[in-house]
Amino acid sequence: MKKIIFFTFILLAAQVVSAQRYMTKTGKVSFYSDAPLEKIEAVNHQVNCAIDTHSGFFVVKILMRSFVFEKALMQEHFNEEYVESDKYPNAFFKGKITNLKEIDFSRPGTYPAVIEGEMALHGKTNKMIAKGTFTVSKEGVRVQGKFPLKIADYGISVPGAVTGKIAEVMQIRTDLFLKPLK
Amino acid sequence: MKKIATFIFLVLFALPLMAQDSLMSLFDTGPKTVYAEATFKATRVVLGQSVVNPAKGNLIFVIQHHFGYVNQGIYEFFGLDQATIRLGFEYGITDWLMVGIGRSSYGKIYDGNVKIKILRQSSGKKNMPVSVNYFGSIGISTLRIEDKTIDYYFTNRLTYLNQILIARKFSPGISLQLSPSLVHRNLVETPQDDNNVWALGAGGRFKLSKHTSINAEYFYVLSSQTAAQYHNTFSIGFDVETGGHVFQLYMSNSEGIIGQNFIPGTTGDWLKGDFLIGFNITRTFVLKKPKTFEK
Repeated sequence: MKKIIFFTFILLAAQVVSAQRYMTKTGKVSFYSDAPLEKIEAVNHQVNCAIDTHSGFFVVKILMRSFVFEKALMQEHFNEEYVESDKYPNAFFKGKITNLKEIDFSRPGTYPAVIEGEMALHGKTNKMIAKGTFTVSKEGVRVQGKFPLKIADYGISVPGAVTGKIAEVMQIRTDLFLKPLK
Repeated sequence: MKKIATFIFLVLFALPLMAQDSLMSLFDTGPKTVYAEATFKATRVVLGQSVVNPAKGNLIFVIQHHFGYVNQGIYEFFGLDQATIRLGFEYGITDWLMVGIGRSSYGKIYDGNVKIKILRQSSGKKNMPVSVNYFGSIGISTLRIEDKTIDYYFTNRLTYLNQILIARKFSPGISLQLSPSLVHRNLVETPQDDNNVWALGAGGRFKLSKHTSINAEYFYVLSSQTAAQYHNTFSIGFDVETGGHVFQLYMSNSEGIIGQNFIPGTTGDWLKGDFLIGFNITRTFVLKKPKTFEK
């Protein structure tokens, strides 16, 4: 009995001690809409991301209003009419690195990573698997990835008037540089 | 014993979930300031200015068109035979400073104007219940002076409009605005006319869908002499926004298009059916891209 409790404490303590966290608040996420009539790109330079290297947890929080468009009107329409930033100010991703064992955060190098989790955007949550690379260096971890996002999955519809101007699938690119958290 | 084991098991099981949320909580840095955007779709409520400025580096081309009074009947094709027009440009030097120029066929007036954002409605860290702008305009009439017997100075041609625009976006669908206004005319037709005409404007936007809205606007003339001779301006319209264009189709009892004309000089009486059909078309051009997109 006592042994079990002792063992548990050791386990809990170990989890706390070895937990190494990395974080950024200035990550970059961009999306690209490649429709026949118009190409639209938006960039967000204020993306929050954190990794727990012990558990493999990977979380992202994106303030939707921080996306910058080439045309200010598009930015207004994006916030007002499509993602409804008043109602849903943030997008969240909560996931786990599934191939954690293959990534050595103590040794510099580039590692392929697979992250499985849930994406919450515009009031809808969907399961998602994203593939990317982790580049470990002395300064931190650079997370780069590219994945498609079908906007209909998140309850975002394109009105008839702009058919051909907005793609049904957005290409999302992430480039996040996370620094160790002390 | 078993209970304890179960408990431990649960703790271990719940820990990852907590960890995920605790990771997320790293991002919490208190409330952020969220500014109200797009209080109105266009830089005008209907005829009068709204608190919306063009974004930095954006140029808006405005076509404003008034037909004649509808109650003239079929002979004038319900006013469509007559037209007055204003063409204008508005440019956002910064997000808070707009400069504009225009030319109205009504009175052959050239106008130059400036709109400055003073306060921005926001919530969160900074709380500001309303947006406040200043709008100022100078009009220069270029009508020929037929009566050569009087001394006529250039300054006689000038008219001024000063407005404070106070607006609040109450919800994504409802925005209201108050526009205290002062029109100054250097020269008026008779000694009894007011050189300074004070008026209070009130307007609103009610969204019908994500891309359409009903807009209405009323200017109540406070200066008694002018109020006795002219009518208050009432305009009601329908806004449609498609990408870079905004179409505003409306009915109004004012022939004049700029504030110096419609605030102190509206002759139409809605109750007698003196109203006309008008429209604004705006097209936005991006002259200067945001920094992120500069190559």
